[in-house]
Amino acid sequence: MGFYIGRRLLQMIPVFVGATLLIYAMVFLLPGDPIAALFGDKPVNPGVAAQLRAQYHLDQPFLIQYLLFLKGVFTLDLGNTFSGQPVIDVMARAFPVTIRLTVVAIIVEAVLGIVVGLLAGLRRGGWFDSLSLFASLLVIAVPIFVIGFVARYVFAEKLQWIKASVGPDPTWGQLIIPGIVLGSVSFAYVLRLTRNSVAENLTADHVRTATAKGLTPGRVLSVHVLRNSLIPVVTFLGTDVGGLMAGAVVTEGIFNIPGVGGTLYQAIIRTEGATVVAFVTVLVVIYLVVNLLVDLLYAVLDPRIRYV
Amino acid sequence: MSDTTVRPGQEHFVAPLEETPLRAVDAVDDSAPPSSQWGEAWRQLRRRPLFWASVVLIALVVVVAAVPSLFTSTDPRFQTLADSLGDPREGHPFGFTRLGEDVYARTIYGARASVVVGLLSTVIVTIVGGVVGAVAGYYGGIWDALLSRISDIFFAVPLVLGAIVLITSLQSRSTLTVSLVLSLFAWPQTARIMRGSVLQTRSAEFVTAARALGLSRVQVLVRHVVPNALGPVIVIATISLGTFIAAEATLSYLGVGLPSSIVSWGGDISAAQTSLRSAPQVLFWPAGALSITVLSFIMLGDVVRDALDPKARTR
Repeated sequence: MGFYIGRRLLQMIPVFVGATLLIYAMVFLLPGDPIAALFGDKPVNPGVAAQLRAQYHLDQPFLIQYLLFLKGVFTLDLGNTFSGQPVIDVMARAFPVTIRLTVVAIIVEAVLGIVVGLLAGLRRGGWFDSLSLFASLLVIAVPIFVIGFVARYVFAEKLQWIKASVGPDPTWGQLIIPGIVLGSVSFAYVLRLTRNSVAENLTADHVRTATAKGLTPGRVLSVHVLRNSLIPVVTFLGTDVGGLMAGAVVTEGIFNIPGVGGTLYQAIIRTEGATVVAFVTVLVVIYLVVNLLVDLLYAVLDPRIRYV
Repeated sequence: MSDTTVRPGQEHFVAPLEETPLRAVDAVDDSAPPSSQWGEAWRQLRRRPLFWASVVLIALVVVVAAVPSLFTSTDPRFQTLADSLGDPREGHPFGFTRLGEDVYARTIYGARASVVVGLLSTVIVTIVGGVVGAVAGYYGGIWDALLSRISDIFFAVPLVLGAIVLITSLQSRSTLTVSLVLSLFAWPQTARIMRGSVLQTRSAEFVTAARALGLSRVQVLVRHVVPNALGPVIVIATISLGTFIAAEATLSYLGVGLPSSIVSWGGDISAAQTSLRSAPQVLFWPAGALSITVLSFIMLGDVVRDALDPKARTR
């Protein structure tokens, strides 16, 4: 087990370096001068520009810039935004909000998706199955920003349950509706995965054996059907964490939540390279760690899987 | 066999023929030509109403995208501010946008951007992902390690996020650049699926047979492995076509997708959000068109998956 985790951690290194290099190249190698953009419509003062360039290492060759950035990542010095705040402070404000939003979304999609998917899979071809499959297709097909507008319109403007603009330091209660919107598409995928997986496992030999040896239906269902059916679902939830945090760009924009998505989007539009790269790096690390955890969870769900 | 008397305790129970599935076995015409995986799938598909429904919808959207002038003679870019957010009236069945453009004409003309981006991205992703996955799965070893790590790198960056970062650095935006950017972050999924599928096919007996008959490795890969491993890739291609259309709309909604000179559903939905309260129809029609298009591709992918999967053939 320890050896397996060590090997996986080693495998993460090239992916981490590759992904950050990719993002770094996309932000800094492509045309467009962020320093010139900083001056806006005013004429560029060459002295100030040169000083800023030196401060952000923009005068160095690309690879040196990248290596300096990597050094910064490991010493937790991610540079400053163009307005002078340390990027790490901006992160400390944005990440707690988005993590809360993502937790709401994951709870919604995992709990609701697995329960509805289980009920649908148990009666495959029944009316509940058809209804939930159709509903899930609808949720996947309608773009998330349309779901967001409609939710904001209904819950904030018509029913007045929530404020249309969430603002800084949101409470859990304020994040419920945005969290449901964020998790809605993944909810549909979890539902369909669970449903297919349960329907397939119901006809498996080990389930027939479990029933034949006289186990109660509840135990057959929870231990023999559901536990085995959860493996693809857990895989999906793992890869989805990164997607949810990125999807927050849209959801946070609609409900005006000052989280990772909103901050990152502003930084991209203003070509604040340091902020963009730092945020995306953290998102990539979160993605890699969650996927490692998911692989370790397999062994818990399926005792046949042993890591050596 | 001379003694046919059955002594007590020695009876053998034989089920009557009509209670056994043997008749069905006997009824199989083994002189008939063997049906291929695709022939079998097509026979399944033909009977599904959902298949025909999605095919008809997709055909309709493609025709609208190819020749929008068949469906409306109104210019989608013609603005009459006097009609700003105007209600539907004779000749303008869906009403007007904030800028006084005809919503019906814009919904019709918006189809092209979505369909082109969806098709282009899917073709690029399927070719790149298919080739990478096939090489990684078939040759294994160093090729597999290298290609799998590279796809891991692109897979670790979320699709919409990577697309936003890259696209804001680009000087010109068109349907082609948007498709390329989406493809850059989407091919690893297809590559993984192709790799898995090739790994399964590689160990099949007919592959060994083909090698034994003297075909080269490349010939075996192209003629025997790839055609038999293609099923899951086609399913994911159909489904992701819908996803690409939705992703393009998301980019346009965020203001980093297609420029406003190109009529697109995503851009129209984005523009409509400010008038949601006073004129919901301005949001409803482009959003509805987008949803139905995405829905038909996902439905098609679903029924094709069922048809290709022998385990799902219970009916």
